[in-house]
Amino acid sequence: MKDQLDLFEVFVRARRGLDHKHVGSLHAEDHEQALEYARDVYTRRSEGVSIWVVRSADICASQEDDSESFFDPSDDKPYRHATYYQLPEAVKNM
Amino acid sequence: MTDQDLRQATQAYAVRLGDDALILGHRLSEWTSRAPFLEEDLALQNVALDYIGRARMFYGYAAELSADGRTEDDFAYLRDARQFSNLLIHELPRGDFAFTMARQLLTDVFSSLYLEQLLRSTDATLAGIAAKAAKETRYHLRRSREWALRLGDGTDESHARMVRAIDELWGYTHELFELDALEQQLADAGIGVDNAALRPAWLKQVSAILTEATLRVPEDSWVVRGGRTGYHTENLGHILSEMQSVHRAYPGVSW
Repeated sequence: MKDQLDLFEVFVRARRGLDHKHVGSLHAEDHEQALEYARDVYTRRSEGVSIWVVRSADICASQEDDSESFFDPSDDKPYRHATYYQLPEAVKNM
Repeated sequence: MTDQDLRQATQAYAVRLGDDALILGHRLSEWTSRAPFLEEDLALQNVALDYIGRARMFYGYAAELSADGRTEDDFAYLRDARQFSNLLIHELPRGDFAFTMARQLLTDVFSSLYLEQLLRSTDATLAGIAAKAAKETRYHLRRSREWALRLGDGTDESHARMVRAIDELWGYTHELFELDALEQQLADAGIGVDNAALRPAWLKQVSAILTEATLRVPEDSWVVRGGRTGYHTENLGHILSEMQSVHRAYPGVSW
């Protein structure tokens, strides 16, 4: 056993048909134990039908510092939204 | 046996199974806020609550069968040690974490085999309780098996603690497989479980897990018994004095 347990992120699917949602994190020795603890910590009140766990260290996340280059460029491109376009008369519903 | 005798025997049987569940559940609940880390704390509480829920179902049924106005609380809070009929293995102090998980392993394997049989009881209520409990026990066993492997095949320290725990518990496991006259009658009537028949399967499963965990199976060199007849270790009195103190100080209190 390691001195420090690894951190895992937990994703729970509340019902069939819905997506897995991030619900929090926990410490565990490995994936199997993380799954068991996720069941005990996050689904005690029947919150879910499926659980995913992933080592927090394995998540590659965008950085706050990058937000300018990552997200700002889409601000001035309204044509990427469907509402930018006028519907022709002939099209009733879209 | 008349129907009345059978009903009385079933009532006593339900109390016994309730006692087993309540005392083990209480022992597990003693880990609350004291487990090695937060996640395990919650996991142990979940298992403790499963057992206490199980005790409530058995006591509730016992109360229904006695039909004398007693409720589940009378069984849990208003009986003394001599009237408790839990098997001794359940009342031993929680010990260190290895001891608690070793006891869970030995009793979880037993419970999974026992409940599988109780599911087939001709008594619909007992079979119903067994169906719910069997699902919980499948999960409990998964946990205790994992911990036996982690601790047994872990560090020198965890290995040594597991060896000691299994040795200390082994003499208390024989009682799990003994039937008295009452249990034999119920087994013959298709209501209760013939637990003596479960030992070969139990030993096989436990041996396989212990071997995988690099632990040895102890010799059958000593046996302690007495729980079903109310002869307990000194530990039960201490559990009851703590568990029953509020109810005895404030009879019938609710919140």
